[in-house]
Amino acid sequence: MPEIRVTPLGAGQDVGRSCILVSIGGKNVMLDCGMHMGFNDDRRFPDFSYITRNGRLTDFLDCVIISHFHLDHCGALPYFSEMVGYDGPIYMTHPTQAICPILLEDYRKIAVDKKGEANFFTSQMIKDCMKKVVAVRLHQTVQVDEELQIKAYYAGHVLGAAMFQIKVGSESVVYTGDYNMTPDRHLGAAWIDKCRPNLLITESTYATTIRDSKRCRERDFLKKVHETVERGGKVLIPVFALGRAQELCILLETFWERMNLKAPIYFSTGLTEKANHYYKLFITWTNQKIRKTFVQRNMFEFKHIKAFDRAFADNPGPMVVFATPGMLHAGQSLQIFRKWAGNEKNMVIMPGYCVQGTVGHKILSGQRKLEMEGRQVLEIRMQVEYMSFSAHADAKGIMQLVGQAEPESVLLVHGEAKKMEFLKQKIEQEFRVNCYMPANGETVTLPTSPSIPVGISLGLLKREMAQGLLPDAKKPRLLHGTLIMKDSNFRLVSSEQALKELGLAEHQLRFTCRVHLHDSRKEQETAMRVYSHLKSLLKDHCVQHLPDGSVTVESILIQAAAHSEDPGTKVLLVSWTYQDEELGSYLTSLLKKGLPPAPSGGS
Amino acid sequence: MAAHLKKRVYEEFTKVVQQQEEVTTKKLRLTKPSKSAALHIDLCKATSPADALQYLLQFARKPVEAESVEGVVRILLEHYYKENDPSVRLKIASLLGLLSKTAGFSPDCIMDDAINILQNEKSHQVLAQLLDTLLAIGTKLSENQAIQMRIVDVACKHLTDTSHGVRNKCLQLLGNLGSLEKSVTKDAEGVAVRDVQKIIGDYFSDQDPRVRTAAIKAMLQLHERGLKLHQTIYNQACKLLSDDYEQVRSAAVQLIWVVSQLYPESIVPIPSSNEEIRLVDDAFGKICHMVSDGSWVVRVQAAKLLGSMEQVSSHFLEQTLDKKLMSDLRRKRTAHERAKELYSSGEFSSGRKWGDDAPKEEVDTGAVNLIQSGACGAFVHGLEDEMYEVRIAAVEALCMLAQSSSSFAEKCLDFLVDMFNDEIEEVRLQSIHTMRKISNNITLREDQLDTILGVLEDSSRDIREALHELLCCANVSTKEGIHLALVELLKNLAKYPTDRDSIWKCLKFLGSRHPTLVLPLVPELLSTHPFFDTAEPDMDDPAYIAVLVLIFNAAKSCPTMPALFSDHTFRHYAYLRDSLSHLVPALRLSGRKLASSAVSPNIMPQEDPSHQFLQQSLERVYSLQHLDPQGTQELLEFTIRDLQRLGELQSELAGVADFSAAYLRCQLLLIKALQEKLWNVAAPLYLKQSDLASAAAKQIMEETYKMEFMYSGVENKQVVIIHHMRLQAKALQLIVTARTTRGVDLLFGMCEKFLQEVDFFQRCFIADLPHLQDSFVDKLLDLMPRLITSKPAEVVKILQTMLRQSTFLHLPLPEQIHKASATIIEPAGESDNPLRFTSGLVVALDVDATLEHVQDPQSTVKVQVLYPDGQAQMIHPKPADFRNPGPGRHRLITQVYLSHTAWTEPCQVEVRLLLAYNSNSRIPKSPWMEGGEISTQAETGIEGTIPFSKSVKVYIMPKPTRR
Repeated sequence: MPEIRVTPLGAGQDVGRSCILVSIGGKNVMLDCGMHMGFNDDRRFPDFSYITRNGRLTDFLDCVIISHFHLDHCGALPYFSEMVGYDGPIYMTHPTQAICPILLEDYRKIAVDKKGEANFFTSQMIKDCMKKVVAVRLHQTVQVDEELQIKAYYAGHVLGAAMFQIKVGSESVVYTGDYNMTPDRHLGAAWIDKCRPNLLITESTYATTIRDSKRCRERDFLKKVHETVERGGKVLIPVFALGRAQELCILLETFWERMNLKAPIYFSTGLTEKANHYYKLFITWTNQKIRKTFVQRNMFEFKHIKAFDRAFADNPGPMVVFATPGMLHAGQSLQIFRKWAGNEKNMVIMPGYCVQGTVGHKILSGQRKLEMEGRQVLEIRMQVEYMSFSAHADAKGIMQLVGQAEPESVLLVHGEAKKMEFLKQKIEQEFRVNCYMPANGETVTLPTSPSIPVGISLGLLKREMAQGLLPDAKKPRLLHGTLIMKDSNFRLVSSEQALKELGLAEHQLRFTCRVHLHDSRKEQETAMRVYSHLKSLLKDHCVQHLPDGSVTVESILIQAAAHSEDPGTKVLLVSWTYQDEELGSYLTSLLKKGLPPAPSGGS
Repeated sequence: MAAHLKKRVYEEFTKVVQQQEEVTTKKLRLTKPSKSAALHIDLCKATSPADALQYLLQFARKPVEAESVEGVVRILLEHYYKENDPSVRLKIASLLGLLSKTAGFSPDCIMDDAINILQNEKSHQVLAQLLDTLLAIGTKLSENQAIQMRIVDVACKHLTDTSHGVRNKCLQLLGNLGSLEKSVTKDAEGVAVRDVQKIIGDYFSDQDPRVRTAAIKAMLQLHERGLKLHQTIYNQACKLLSDDYEQVRSAAVQLIWVVSQLYPESIVPIPSSNEEIRLVDDAFGKICHMVSDGSWVVRVQAAKLLGSMEQVSSHFLEQTLDKKLMSDLRRKRTAHERAKELYSSGEFSSGRKWGDDAPKEEVDTGAVNLIQSGACGAFVHGLEDEMYEVRIAAVEALCMLAQSSSSFAEKCLDFLVDMFNDEIEEVRLQSIHTMRKISNNITLREDQLDTILGVLEDSSRDIREALHELLCCANVSTKEGIHLALVELLKNLAKYPTDRDSIWKCLKFLGSRHPTLVLPLVPELLSTHPFFDTAEPDMDDPAYIAVLVLIFNAAKSCPTMPALFSDHTFRHYAYLRDSLSHLVPALRLSGRKLASSAVSPNIMPQEDPSHQFLQQSLERVYSLQHLDPQGTQELLEFTIRDLQRLGELQSELAGVADFSAAYLRCQLLLIKALQEKLWNVAAPLYLKQSDLASAAAKQIMEETYKMEFMYSGVENKQVVIIHHMRLQAKALQLIVTARTTRGVDLLFGMCEKFLQEVDFFQRCFIADLPHLQDSFVDKLLDLMPRLITSKPAEVVKILQTMLRQSTFLHLPLPEQIHKASATIIEPAGESDNPLRFTSGLVVALDVDATLEHVQDPQSTVKVQVLYPDGQAQMIHPKPADFRNPGPGRHRLITQVYLSHTAWTEPCQVEVRLLLAYNSNSRIPKSPWMEGGEISTQAETGIEGTIPFSKSVKVYIMPKPTRR
């Protein structure tokens, strides 16, 4: 029985360390290869020894697919390919291929240089790993080998994020990665056609949330910034380098443009500048507005946003600064925060979630006095705002995608178990499909009934069509032919052709049956009676009385003979070929019932 | 037959050669019949299919006259039978279709041939094309039931074809020609009644999506032709909503909409429950669901159609704006709800706190419905869509629904306000316009007003002006709201001083709509103090004027307000009332003797008598036409003077008065010209005085063009009279020329041309001729056969007598008539600083003008620049430069590029607006021409222009290039 097996090595009932193994049609595919942000030990990477204890991974995996450049989806890639050892192809989209190494390098720097970890992958390993990458375009069908093919769909979320369809023969799996069903300022919405996969593996970060419209949040954000700037205050927006930062930049840039504002906007340098470069490059991956206007002006070529210099923080007058990192726990954003916190005209806007223990979390939860290192107490007078801009699909979005793709079953990953439970129940209830939510290491097995294509010769098809009416999609039709299985392909041909091809002689199969009749008359007369009887019954068949005394109905032969022992009984010999089985058996049953009372007696 | 044909053809062909030396104007007309000949020869010459195809393509570029169509068709058919190459047959088939559309040709004669060749055709493509030809024939002969029946039969026969193209065409035929009434079909020799709907419905499940689409389209076509669709189609169409192909879904959405409009009240069951709902509600739910379809084409279609479903129950309608929010399975309130709550609790604009939007109560997991079954949240999705096309469609739909339901209008307000922040300007603009349209139904809350006013700082002028328009008709609930609006508008004024006029106008309406809210603000706004006199503000400050405009307009309906004014306010009022009388209304100021208050405000209520006066004076003119010439002239002169004065006094009658005056002036000129004693004098003596008559003719021509093109609302019956007057002027011109010139050649041409004009007149206005009893044209047409054969001298003589005998035609007045006018706002023409630029290079001059009552300004309004050296330049503004801020009003904001060689000193150029016209645009177009690309040039050609704005002088100075 063919089946699809799915085993999450990470992201099963969990967020982070996305890594899912899929076996489909005898092919093994690994989807994503991420790290976990919550751990610093071995648990941060997926347990690749699950795949094979000894022996090379390359022999077991046909390909690896990376959905987008976030570290929880690609962070373990150099470790996996260079340190564990994998030489097969790695598929990702062009933007992911471009941005991924920057983030990996940054991650490595923090882990090795700042935390001083040993036995971590090196820069060279990142480079070597990236050499194994094969870039794919949207909607391009890539033939991994003769049977396995993959295809990328647009997913929104971040630049270059893609959903992948993995197809072997007629079986297919769609993996969504992270996606967003509502467009934002720089990216469009995820889209998939009605590909009807056997299984849809979808993320479920916001399985129990239905979000408000993005516009209100944007408007609030802009209004806050605008008001502060008009008052002459300074606005600090702590961000992570990629993704949301670009969205907010575009948002502010267009607003400044629209409203003719003059206050400067700064962006802390480094990583982001490199990333902005790629955003400028991959215009086709952005949303309608940016795509349409880039001929006049590339939206990522910011007119109002300039690079930040440390000295600017002390400049008088209003300004807006984007600074990393996003949770105010270290670095430039914290420095600026300390400088500006004392003035009530200023404002800090946290655009994302903050982990407990960080300064960001403290100020969001309402602390107005912070103890800094050196027993300094920092009093916060500036306004603190929270503005959530998340790029994951909410529960409605997930349902919408399931509705669009029409899968046979759904599998949830990348979410919390309790929330998944709710969504699972909803999906089963509303789409009436099976829904799974395996934990890490747990395997889900899905039996499939793949359809097998059979080639049919045109001659046969036309001949069969000529016999009946037009084919009707709703009714099955009976068709006579010979099925030839040769070299793992199937063909349906007419029997004559099959015989010719296989070099066989035609055999004829005849059935013969004796029917006893009580009739004292002569054989000829009996035959005559049988003839007239059948003639009256079978109006639309050709019934003939041959001169030698036998009766034929089409190709069926009936002969009457006297019984050797009992002269009062006549034996009818009925003989037909295999092709006329239906009519033949009908005739015998008819004759077994006996002939009608002799009309001759009356005449 | 063929031999005969050929003979005829050659005959025609040879005729052309003979006619070569004819007058140039006639040559063109006579070459046309030879088309069939040339075609025949070409086709015979063609050696290969490619050749033949080339000839046919060439042939198709030129129009064919109705008389020669049949010959051409015969030749084409002859070749069709002989032709082996399907591509040539295809082209012939398509030509047959085009030819059968020719006006004045009845295609029933080629019907048999077409059906005949259809039966023997093997190529699917050619078959499809032939069916298309049949469609053309069928639509041409739409009255002939028998032919339609035959064509429908043919279509049904080919419905089983294996090619989708053929099936498509068959369905199209059925949709366009399928019989509407069954009774008629029954009569026709008992042919089995074909249920067209049933046949088309069967193809809803065709295997080819293109055929399915065609089937739905055919069904829609039936509906358009007035056949009532069965309700059973509804279920079939609903199934098609989940089709794999977007064009099918898109068409299915339309079909569902149609059915829902036909049977809004019938009841349909809800599947998987035993409840029942109204069909229109069910359809609404289904279309709403399509707003989150995978294909944006379908989404646009669905969003558009939602707007026109007005019979939907209100709770379904309100669901479209509803999206239950939740977070971690707990119910959450939307930002809109929170804003409303904040407002109602009296607290305004609180800072956002962390956890402000913290979810409240637990949600019952079973009750949450994640799929929007029904209408839930359709507009929330539509307005958030990725494609701006969908968003615009959704905004439009919101607008239409809100206009019909005030409670819905109230609810959708928050969403519209959100759209003011869209990333695409078009969407923002559209939502502002929408808001304006529904503003009668709503009152703005302060927080909403705040958001709206935020947009005033937008750098786009269109957005700001649209917003001003919106504020003109907005209802504000509190005095703080008014204050806020004023403050923001003044900020806007400071930032963009060019918005001055628009802001003043906005404040005028704001004030007159909310007098009671303005009242408590007055002391603050005028910064008066109960004890101290404050400094008198600067009278020229636009911001101060803005405040005064607001206050004075509010004071108009609030008599207690003037008591709060200080002395200088009254002085300023008097000044503004004079200088900006369109913005400042007349106030009744008790106890104050101001010059302005003396101006009698009683002009307005006299409307009826003045209209009567107009009617009477016109009646008088028309009835007294048999007076002696002297009396008629005097009467006309007086009436023209009266009308002109009336137009000046009564702005609403200005259009009618001017229009009638122009007509009377034409008549007066004509009479005067004919009254000249000199007509009897022998020609040689006449020379000197002819100036007057020919000048009159010229002036009449000008006037008629103005009458025809400068007034909006002119109907066909007026156009006839105008053209008639023009014809008379042309006749006059002819007579004058005949008198003054000697040579016959010139006269010959002119006569010819004049007769063509008459012919043209007859063709254009054949339907109106009966109304022109006893007129010049009437008599002219009677004598037409004689005129054609007579010599020019004779023609002139006849014309002269007829001109004198012809009666004065009564000009029926149209209901609504307005004279087109334009005012150039910018450049203002006040600047003393010349615009300097280097000669040879260009300088861009911003032109901003308002146009009133101009029809189709995109194609007619031009900008003219006159240089001091007499050189004139005409600039065609881009269609995008025109905005349409209100009915009958347009705004032109464009840039004009000036350039000239170097001057020694600055000088003024004149800029003015022209109205271009082309009287030939009234000629009915032939279908043959539509297909080709040839005719476009004639369409866009400009025959002449009428200046319709005052010219503005701009000081420029092209400097010599420095080397």
